[in-house]
Amino acid sequence: MIYFDNAATSWPKPPGVVEAMVHFMEQVGANPGRAAHRRAVESGRIVYEAREAVCELFHAPDPLRVVWSKNVTEALNLALRGLLRVGDHVVTSSLEHNSVMRPLRALQRSGIEVTVVPCSPQSVLNPADVEQAIRPHTKLVALNHASNVVGTLLPVAEVGAICREHDVLLLVDTAQTGGAYPIDAQADQIDLLGFTGHKSLGGPMGTGGLIVGERVDERQMEPLERGGTGSHSEYEVQPDFLPDVYESGTLNAVGLAGLRAGVRWVLSQSVDRIRAHEVALTQRLIDGLRSLPSVIVYGTLHADLQIATVSFNVVGMEPSEVGLCLDDEYGILCRVGLHCAPAAHKAIGTFPDGTVRFGLNGFNTMDEVETALAAVEELARDIQ
Amino acid sequence: MTPETYAVILVYSTSYALRAEKLLHRAAIECKLVPVPRHLSSNCGVCVRIARSDRELAQQALESAGLEIEGVHDI
Repeated sequence: MIYFDNAATSWPKPPGVVEAMVHFMEQVGANPGRAAHRRAVESGRIVYEAREAVCELFHAPDPLRVVWSKNVTEALNLALRGLLRVGDHVVTSSLEHNSVMRPLRALQRSGIEVTVVPCSPQSVLNPADVEQAIRPHTKLVALNHASNVVGTLLPVAEVGAICREHDVLLLVDTAQTGGAYPIDAQADQIDLLGFTGHKSLGGPMGTGGLIVGERVDERQMEPLERGGTGSHSEYEVQPDFLPDVYESGTLNAVGLAGLRAGVRWVLSQSVDRIRAHEVALTQRLIDGLRSLPSVIVYGTLHADLQIATVSFNVVGMEPSEVGLCLDDEYGILCRVGLHCAPAAHKAIGTFPDGTVRFGLNGFNTMDEVETALAAVEELARDIQ
Repeated sequence: MTPETYAVILVYSTSYALRAEKLLHRAAIECKLVPVPRHLSSNCGVCVRIARSDRELAQQALESAGLEIEGVHDI
Protein backbone atom coordinates (compact mmCIF):
# COMPACT_ATOMS: atom_id res chain seq x y z
CA MET A 1 0.00 0.00 0.00
CA ILE A 2 1.24 3.48 -0.85
CA TYR A 3 -0.29 6.40 1.04
CA PHE A 4 -0.35 9.50 -1.16
CA ASP A 5 -3.16 11.37 0.60
CA ASN A 6 -1.02 13.40 3.00
CA ALA A 7 -2.51 16.68 1.78
CA ALA A 8 -5.76 15.55 3.44
CA THR A 9 -4.12 14.14 6.55
CA SER A 10 -0.71 12.68 7.16
CA TRP A 11 -0.07 8.99 7.72
CA PRO A 12 1.80 7.43 9.36
CA LYS A 13 2.34 9.67 12.37
CA PRO A 14 5.92 10.23 13.60
CA PRO A 15 7.32 7.81 16.17
CA GLY A 16 6.21 8.72 19.68
CA VAL A 17 2.89 10.34 18.77
CA VAL A 18 0.61 7.37 19.46
CA GLU A 19 2.66 6.52 22.56
CA ALA A 20 2.24 10.08 23.88
CA MET A 21 -1.52 9.85 23.46
CA VAL A 22 -1.72 6.45 25.16
CA HIS A 23 0.46 7.78 27.98
CA PHE A 24 -1.88 10.73 28.40
CA MET A 25 -4.97 8.51 28.55
CA GLU A 26 -3.43 5.99 30.92
CA GLN A 27 -1.17 8.07 33.13
CA VAL A 28 -2.43 11.66 33.06
CA GLY A 29 -6.07 11.90 32.06
CA ALA A 30 -6.96 15.10 33.96
CA ASN A 31 -8.43 18.32 32.63
CA PRO A 32 -5.77 20.95 31.87
CA GLY A 33 -6.39 24.21 33.70
CA ARG A 34 -9.40 23.11 35.71
CA ALA A 35 -7.85 22.06 39.01
CA ALA A 36 -4.56 22.29 40.84
CA HIS A 37 -3.86 18.66 41.66
CA ARG A 38 -0.77 16.99 40.23
CA ARG A 39 -2.50 15.33 37.30
CA ALA A 40 -4.26 18.53 36.26
CA VAL A 41 -0.97 20.41 36.43
CA GLU A 42 0.74 17.70 34.38
CA SER A 43 -2.06 17.85 31.81
CA GLY A 44 -1.72 21.64 31.69
CA ARG A 45 2.05 21.30 31.30
CA ILE A 46 1.66 19.01 28.30
CA VAL A 47 -0.72 21.50 26.69
CA TYR A 48 1.63 24.39 27.48
CA GLU A 49 4.64 22.57 26.07
CA ALA A 50 2.69 21.90 22.90
CA ARG A 51 2.30 25.70 22.64
CA GLU A 52 6.06 26.08 23.07
CA ALA A 53 6.77 23.46 20.40
CA VAL A 54 4.46 25.20 17.93
CA CYS A 55 6.15 28.55 18.68
CA GLU A 56 9.55 27.05 18.01
CA LEU A 57 8.35 25.57 14.72
CA PHE A 58 6.82 28.82 13.46
CA HIS A 59 9.36 31.17 15.11
CA ALA A 60 6.63 32.85 17.14
CA PRO A 61 7.82 34.59 20.30
CA ASP A 62 5.08 33.98 22.88
CA PRO A 63 3.47 30.61 23.77
CA LEU A 64 0.57 32.47 25.42
CA ARG A 65 -0.40 33.84 21.99
CA VAL A 66 -1.02 30.33 20.62
CA VAL A 67 -4.76 29.63 20.63
CA TRP A 68 -5.91 26.02 20.23
CA SER A 69 -8.76 25.10 17.95
CA LYS A 70 -10.19 21.84 16.69
CA ASN A 71 -8.66 22.36 13.24
CA VAL A 72 -7.30 25.11 11.00
CA THR A 73 -10.81 25.82 9.66
CA GLU A 74 -11.93 26.90 13.12
CA ALA A 75 -8.77 29.00 13.52
CA LEU A 76 -9.39 30.76 10.20
CA ASN A 77 -13.04 31.32 11.09
CA LEU A 78 -11.96 32.90 14.37
CA ALA A 79 -9.66 35.33 12.58
CA LEU A 80 -12.11 36.21 9.80
CA ARG A 81 -15.34 36.34 11.76
CA GLY A 82 -13.68 37.73 14.85
CA LEU A 83 -11.94 40.64 13.17
CA LEU A 84 -14.03 41.77 10.22
CA ARG A 85 -16.85 44.27 10.69
CA VAL A 86 -19.44 45.79 8.36
CA GLY A 87 -17.68 48.23 6.03
CA ASP A 88 -14.30 46.47 6.22
CA HIS A 89 -12.56 45.25 3.08
CA VAL A 90 -10.62 41.99 2.85
CA VAL A 91 -8.30 40.76 0.10
CA THR A 92 -7.73 37.10 -0.68
CA SER A 93 -6.51 34.92 -3.56
CA SER A 94 -8.16 32.56 -6.01
CA LEU A 95 -6.08 29.72 -4.57
CA GLU A 96 -7.91 29.68 -1.24
CA HIS A 97 -9.45 26.61 0.28
CA ASN A 98 -13.12 26.74 1.20
CA SER A 99 -12.00 27.13 4.82
CA VAL A 100 -11.33 30.78 3.90
CA MET A 101 -13.62 31.22 0.94
CA ARG A 102 -16.87 30.07 2.58
CA PRO A 103 -16.56 32.24 5.71
CA LEU A 104 -15.67 35.17 3.43
CA ARG A 105 -18.66 34.60 1.16
CA ALA A 106 -20.92 34.53 4.22
CA LEU A 107 -19.32 37.72 5.57
CA GLN A 108 -19.78 39.33 2.16
CA ARG A 109 -23.54 38.83 2.49
CA SER A 110 -23.46 40.70 5.78
CA GLY A 111 -21.74 43.80 4.42
CA ILE A 112 -18.02 43.05 4.27
CA GLU A 113 -16.27 43.74 0.98
CA VAL A 114 -14.22 40.89 -0.49
CA THR A 115 -11.68 41.07 -3.32
CA VAL A 116 -10.39 37.79 -4.76
CA VAL A 117 -7.07 38.39 -6.55
CA PRO A 118 -6.70 35.96 -9.46
CA CYS A 119 -3.60 33.85 -9.98
CA SER A 120 -2.14 32.83 -13.35
CA PRO A 121 -3.21 29.59 -15.12
CA GLN A 122 0.07 28.14 -13.78
CA SER A 123 -1.33 28.98 -10.32
CA VAL A 124 1.14 31.78 -9.56
CA LEU A 125 0.02 34.79 -7.52
CA ASN A 126 1.71 38.10 -8.21
CA PRO A 127 2.22 40.10 -4.97
CA ALA A 128 1.86 43.35 -6.94
CA ASP A 129 -1.73 42.31 -7.77
CA VAL A 130 -2.40 41.93 -4.04
CA GLU A 131 -0.99 45.40 -3.38
CA GLN A 132 -3.17 46.88 -6.10
CA ALA A 133 -6.27 45.37 -4.50
CA ILE A 134 -5.62 47.10 -1.16
CA ARG A 135 -7.90 50.07 -0.46
CA PRO A 136 -8.06 52.63 2.36
CA HIS A 137 -10.59 50.52 4.31
CA THR A 138 -8.79 47.17 3.80
CA LYS A 139 -8.37 45.53 7.19
CA LEU A 140 -6.98 42.14 6.29
CA VAL A 141 -5.27 40.07 3.60
CA ALA A 142 -6.05 36.35 3.93
CA LEU A 143 -3.63 34.10 2.10
CA ASN A 144 -3.14 30.38 1.66
CA HIS A 145 0.55 29.56 2.09
CA ALA A 146 0.33 26.80 -0.50
CA SER A 147 -2.51 25.60 -2.67
CA ASN A 148 -4.02 22.33 -1.54
CA VAL A 149 -4.96 21.66 -5.18
CA VAL A 150 -1.69 22.16 -7.07
CA GLY A 151 0.76 22.69 -4.23
CA THR A 152 1.98 26.09 -5.45
CA LEU A 153 3.58 28.27 -2.78
CA LEU A 154 2.18 31.77 -2.45
CA PRO A 155 4.46 34.81 -1.89
CA VAL A 156 3.68 35.20 1.81
CA ALA A 157 6.80 37.14 2.81
CA GLU A 158 6.35 39.64 -0.05
CA VAL A 159 2.71 40.13 0.85
CA GLY A 160 3.72 40.41 4.52
CA ALA A 161 5.95 43.39 3.67
CA ILE A 162 3.18 44.96 1.57
CA CYS A 163 0.70 44.55 4.43
CA ARG A 164 3.00 46.32 6.90
CA GLU A 165 3.50 49.16 4.45
CA HIS A 166 -0.26 49.66 4.12
CA ASP A 167 -1.05 48.97 7.78
CA VAL A 168 -3.14 45.91 6.92
CA LEU A 169 -3.15 42.65 8.90
CA LEU A 170 -1.98 39.41 7.24
CA LEU A 171 -3.71 36.08 7.94
CA VAL A 172 -1.93 33.00 6.56
CA ASP A 173 -3.38 29.50 6.24
CA THR A 174 -0.44 27.12 6.75
CA ALA A 175 -2.50 23.93 6.53
CA GLN A 176 -0.35 22.59 3.70
CA THR A 177 3.02 24.05 4.67
CA GLY A 178 3.31 23.88 8.47
CA GLY A 179 6.07 21.37 9.29
CA ALA A 180 6.89 20.82 5.61
CA TYR A 181 8.23 24.23 4.61
CA PRO A 182 10.23 26.72 6.72
CA ILE A 183 7.94 29.39 8.18
CA ASP A 184 9.05 32.33 10.27
CA ALA A 185 6.04 34.24 11.56
CA GLN A 186 8.22 37.20 12.53
CA ALA A 187 10.45 37.46 9.45
CA ASP A 188 7.50 36.81 7.12
CA GLN A 189 5.46 39.40 9.07
CA ILE A 190 2.47 37.13 9.58
CA ASP A 191 -0.03 38.67 12.03
CA LEU A 192 -2.38 35.70 12.25
CA LEU A 193 -1.06 32.23 11.51
CA GLY A 194 -3.58 29.40 11.22
CA PHE A 195 -2.18 25.89 11.46
CA THR A 196 -3.48 22.34 11.49
CA GLY A 197 -2.05 19.64 13.73
CA HIS A 198 -2.86 16.55 11.71
CA LYS A 199 -0.85 17.11 8.54
CA SER A 200 2.90 17.82 8.48
CA LEU A 201 3.00 18.69 12.19
CA GLY A 202 2.48 14.99 12.76
CA GLY A 203 -0.32 15.27 15.31
CA PRO A 204 -3.76 13.68 15.38
CA MET A 205 -6.98 15.04 13.88
CA GLY A 206 -8.87 17.42 16.14
CA THR A 207 -5.87 19.67 16.73
CA GLY A 208 -4.99 23.03 15.23
CA GLY A 209 -4.72 26.64 16.22
CA LEU A 210 -4.16 30.29 15.57
CA ILE A 211 -1.01 32.21 16.49
CA VAL A 212 -2.06 35.77 17.27
CA GLY A 213 0.65 38.32 16.53
CA GLU A 214 1.42 41.44 18.53
CA ARG A 215 -0.26 43.72 16.00
CA VAL A 216 -3.62 42.04 16.65
CA ASP A 217 -5.51 43.46 19.61
CA GLU A 218 -7.37 40.57 21.21
CA ARG A 219 -9.97 43.00 22.52
CA GLN A 220 -10.84 43.78 18.88
CA MET A 221 -11.17 40.12 17.81
CA GLU A 222 -14.41 38.55 19.01
CA PRO A 223 -14.27 34.92 20.17
CA LEU A 224 -16.37 32.36 18.27
CA GLU A 225 -17.55 30.85 21.54
CA ARG A 226 -17.67 31.85 25.18
CA GLY A 227 -17.69 29.61 28.22
CA GLY A 228 -15.62 28.08 30.97
CA THR A 229 -11.89 28.72 30.84
CA GLY A 230 -10.78 27.76 34.36
CA SER A 231 -9.74 31.38 34.88
CA HIS A 232 -11.59 34.40 36.32
CA SER A 233 -14.27 32.00 37.51
CA GLU A 234 -15.83 34.64 39.73
CA TYR A 235 -16.96 36.62 36.66
CA GLU A 236 -19.81 35.84 34.30
CA VAL A 237 -18.07 37.64 31.46
CA GLN A 238 -15.42 36.09 29.25
CA PRO A 239 -11.80 36.85 30.24
CA ASP A 240 -10.16 39.25 27.80
CA PHE A 241 -6.61 37.87 27.82
CA LEU A 242 -4.87 35.35 25.58
CA PRO A 243 -5.19 32.46 25.16
CA ASP A 244 -8.22 32.00 27.46
CA VAL A 245 -10.45 34.49 25.62
CA TYR A 246 -10.56 32.07 22.65
CA GLU A 247 -10.31 28.74 24.48
CA SER A 248 -13.66 28.04 26.07
CA GLY A 249 -14.50 24.53 27.15
CA THR A 250 -12.25 21.55 27.73
CA LEU A 251 -9.32 21.33 25.33
CA ASN A 252 -8.41 18.23 23.33
CA ALA A 253 -5.54 17.53 25.71
CA VAL A 254 -4.97 13.98 24.50
CA GLY A 255 -4.73 15.29 20.95
CA LEU A 256 -2.36 18.04 22.06
CA ALA A 257 -0.20 15.43 23.81
CA GLY A 258 0.11 13.76 20.40
CA LEU A 259 0.72 17.09 18.70
CA ARG A 260 3.50 17.97 21.15
CA ALA A 261 5.25 14.70 20.27
CA GLY A 262 4.66 15.25 16.53
CA VAL A 263 6.07 18.78 16.46
CA ARG A 264 9.04 17.80 18.62
CA TRP A 265 9.80 15.04 16.13
CA VAL A 266 9.58 17.47 13.20
CA LEU A 267 11.95 19.84 15.04
CA SER A 268 14.36 16.98 15.72
CA GLN A 269 14.41 16.10 12.01
CA SER A 270 14.55 19.78 10.96
CA VAL A 271 12.06 21.26 8.55
CA ASP A 272 14.87 22.02 6.09
CA ARG A 273 15.80 18.35 5.87
CA ILE A 274 12.20 17.24 5.47
CA ARG A 275 11.75 19.90 2.79
CA ALA A 276 14.84 18.79 0.84
CA HIS A 277 13.58 15.19 0.76
CA GLU A 278 10.11 16.29 -0.36
CA VAL A 279 11.53 18.51 -3.11
CA ALA A 280 13.49 15.55 -4.52
CA LEU A 281 10.40 13.31 -4.49
CA THR A 282 8.19 16.01 -5.97
CA GLN A 283 10.51 16.88 -8.85
CA ARG A 284 10.88 13.21 -9.81
CA LEU A 285 7.10 12.76 -9.66
CA ILE A 286 6.44 15.84 -11.81
CA ASP A 287 9.12 14.89 -14.36
CA GLY A 288 7.94 11.28 -14.52
CA LEU A 289 4.29 12.22 -14.99
CA ARG A 290 5.15 14.84 -17.61
CA SER A 291 7.07 12.27 -19.65
CA LEU A 292 3.86 10.26 -20.11
CA PRO A 293 2.14 11.40 -23.32
CA SER A 294 -1.44 11.17 -22.08
CA VAL A 295 -0.90 12.80 -18.70
CA ILE A 296 -1.42 16.50 -17.96
CA VAL A 297 0.34 17.90 -14.89
CA TYR A 298 -0.87 21.19 -13.36
CA GLY A 299 0.93 23.98 -11.59
CA THR A 300 4.40 25.48 -11.95
CA LEU A 301 6.08 22.09 -12.62
CA HIS A 302 9.00 23.17 -10.43
CA ALA A 303 9.34 21.42 -7.08
CA ASP A 304 11.14 24.46 -5.64
CA LEU A 305 8.01 26.55 -6.19
CA GLN A 306 5.60 24.14 -4.55
CA ILE A 307 5.02 21.64 -1.78
CA ALA A 308 4.85 17.87 -2.23
CA THR A 309 1.33 17.92 -3.65
CA VAL A 310 0.98 17.19 -7.37
CA SER A 311 -2.24 17.38 -9.38
CA PHE A 312 -2.66 15.68 -12.75
CA ASN A 313 -5.16 14.11 -15.12
CA VAL A 314 -5.02 11.17 -17.50
CA VAL A 315 -6.52 12.14 -20.87
CA GLY A 316 -9.61 10.07 -21.56
CA MET A 317 -10.20 9.04 -17.96
CA GLU A 318 -12.21 10.75 -15.25
CA PRO A 319 -10.24 11.49 -12.08
CA SER A 320 -12.60 9.19 -10.16
CA GLU A 321 -11.80 6.28 -12.49
CA VAL A 322 -8.08 6.87 -12.09
CA GLY A 323 -8.43 6.99 -8.31
CA LEU A 324 -10.46 3.79 -8.15
CA CYS A 325 -8.05 1.96 -10.45
CA LEU A 326 -4.99 3.12 -8.46
CA ASP A 327 -6.62 1.94 -5.23
CA ASP A 328 -8.02 -1.38 -6.52
CA GLU A 329 -5.23 -2.45 -8.86
CA TYR A 330 -2.13 -0.88 -7.33
CA GLY A 331 -2.90 -0.10 -3.69
CA ILE A 332 -2.12 3.58 -4.21
CA LEU A 333 -4.31 5.83 -2.07
CA CYS A 334 -4.85 9.38 -3.30
CA ARG A 335 -7.62 11.94 -3.59
CA VAL A 336 -9.54 12.69 -6.78
CA GLY A 337 -12.07 15.30 -7.92
CA LEU A 338 -12.45 18.82 -6.61
CA HIS A 339 -10.35 19.50 -3.55
CA CYS A 340 -12.55 21.99 -1.64
CA ALA A 341 -11.20 24.94 -3.64
CA PRO A 342 -13.43 25.68 -6.65
CA ALA A 343 -11.69 28.96 -7.58
CA ALA A 344 -8.31 27.22 -7.72
CA HIS A 345 -9.72 24.59 -10.08
CA LYS A 346 -11.21 27.35 -12.26
CA ALA A 347 -7.81 29.09 -12.36
CA ILE A 348 -5.98 26.01 -13.62
CA GLY A 349 -8.85 24.93 -15.90
CA THR A 350 -9.96 21.77 -14.08
CA PHE A 351 -13.43 22.85 -12.95
CA PRO A 352 -15.78 20.96 -12.48
CA ASP A 353 -14.07 17.64 -13.18
CA GLY A 354 -11.14 18.12 -10.82
CA THR A 355 -7.82 16.32 -10.75
CA VAL A 356 -6.00 13.32 -9.38
CA ARG A 357 -3.96 14.54 -6.44
CA PHE A 358 -0.87 12.84 -5.08
CA GLY A 359 -0.14 14.32 -1.66
CA LEU A 360 3.30 13.19 -0.54
CA ASN A 361 5.17 13.88 2.65
CA GLY A 362 8.48 13.20 4.31
CA PHE A 363 7.63 9.56 5.06
CA ASN A 364 7.24 8.70 1.37
CA THR A 365 10.20 7.24 -0.52
CA MET A 366 11.65 7.46 -4.01
CA ASP A 367 10.73 3.78 -4.51
CA GLU A 368 7.09 4.64 -3.87
CA VAL A 369 7.28 7.46 -6.41
CA GLU A 370 8.74 5.08 -9.02
CA THR A 371 6.06 2.46 -8.29
CA ALA A 372 3.33 5.09 -8.65
CA LEU A 373 4.80 6.39 -11.91
CA ALA A 374 4.86 2.87 -13.34
CA ALA A 375 1.23 2.39 -12.28
CA VAL A 376 0.06 5.63 -13.92
CA GLU A 377 2.01 4.75 -17.07
CA GLU A 378 0.33 1.36 -17.24
CA LEU A 379 -3.21 2.60 -16.73
CA ALA A 380 -2.68 5.48 -19.18
CA ARG A 381 -1.43 2.97 -21.76
CA ASP A 382 -4.45 0.73 -21.19
CA ILE A 383 -6.84 3.55 -21.99
CA GLN A 384 -5.25 4.27 -25.38
CA MET B 1 10.30 25.30 53.42
CA THR B 2 7.76 25.43 56.22
CA PRO B 3 4.25 26.72 55.45
CA GLU B 4 4.64 30.07 57.27
CA THR B 5 7.43 31.04 54.92
CA TYR B 6 5.40 30.86 51.70
CA ALA B 7 4.22 33.53 49.30
CA VAL B 8 2.01 32.97 46.26
CA ILE B 9 2.10 34.67 42.90
CA LEU B 10 -1.36 35.04 41.39
CA VAL B 11 -1.57 34.91 37.61
CA TYR B 12 -4.42 35.10 35.11
CA SER B 13 -4.67 31.43 34.16
CA THR B 14 -3.03 28.03 34.23
CA SER B 15 -1.11 28.81 31.03
CA TYR B 16 0.44 31.81 32.78
CA ALA B 17 1.22 29.72 35.84
CA LEU B 18 2.99 27.11 33.73
CA ARG B 19 4.99 29.81 31.98
CA ALA B 20 5.87 31.30 35.36
CA GLU B 21 6.95 27.90 36.63
CA LYS B 22 9.31 27.47 33.68
CA LEU B 23 10.74 30.96 34.07
CA LEU B 24 11.34 30.45 37.79
CA HIS B 25 12.99 27.08 37.24
CA ARG B 26 15.24 28.70 34.69
CA ALA B 27 16.17 31.29 37.33
CA ALA B 28 16.80 28.46 39.83
CA ILE B 29 13.93 29.59 42.08
CA GLU B 30 12.03 26.78 43.73
CA CYS B 31 8.26 26.86 43.19
CA LYS B 32 5.14 24.73 43.10
CA LEU B 33 1.78 25.17 41.41
CA VAL B 34 -0.95 25.04 44.05
CA PRO B 35 -4.68 25.88 44.24
CA VAL B 36 -5.36 29.58 44.72
CA PRO B 37 -6.10 30.22 48.42
CA ARG B 38 -9.79 31.09 48.70
CA HIS B 39 -9.15 34.25 50.76
CA LEU B 40 -7.06 35.72 47.93
CA SER B 41 -9.27 34.92 44.98
CA SER B 42 -12.18 32.67 44.01
CA ASN B 43 -10.31 31.69 40.87
CA CYS B 44 -10.60 27.94 40.33
CA GLY B 45 -7.13 27.63 38.87
CA VAL B 46 -3.61 27.49 40.14
CA CYS B 47 -1.11 29.96 41.48
CA VAL B 48 2.63 29.74 41.96
CA ARG B 49 3.88 29.15 45.49
CA ILE B 50 7.39 30.31 46.34
CA ALA B 51 9.42 30.95 49.46
CA ARG B 52 8.82 34.42 50.89
CA SER B 53 12.52 35.04 50.73
CA ASP B 54 12.37 34.61 46.92
CA ARG B 55 9.62 37.20 46.38
CA GLU B 56 11.80 39.89 44.89
CA LEU B 57 13.92 37.61 42.75
CA ALA B 58 10.84 35.79 41.45
CA GLN B 59 9.04 39.01 40.57
CA GLN B 60 12.11 40.25 38.74
CA ALA B 61 12.42 36.99 36.78
CA LEU B 62 8.78 37.15 35.68
CA GLU B 63 8.75 40.86 34.93
CA SER B 64 11.92 40.74 32.87
CA ALA B 65 10.29 38.03 30.73
CA GLY B 66 7.23 40.23 30.26
CA LEU B 67 4.85 37.93 32.13
CA GLU B 68 1.98 39.89 33.64
CA ILE B 69 1.03 38.90 37.17
CA GLU B 70 -2.08 39.68 39.23
CA GLY B 71 -0.29 40.03 42.53
CA VAL B 72 2.03 38.52 45.11
CA HIS B 73 0.84 37.67 48.64
CA ASP B 74 2.43 36.16 51.70
CA ILE B 75 0.37 33.26 52.99
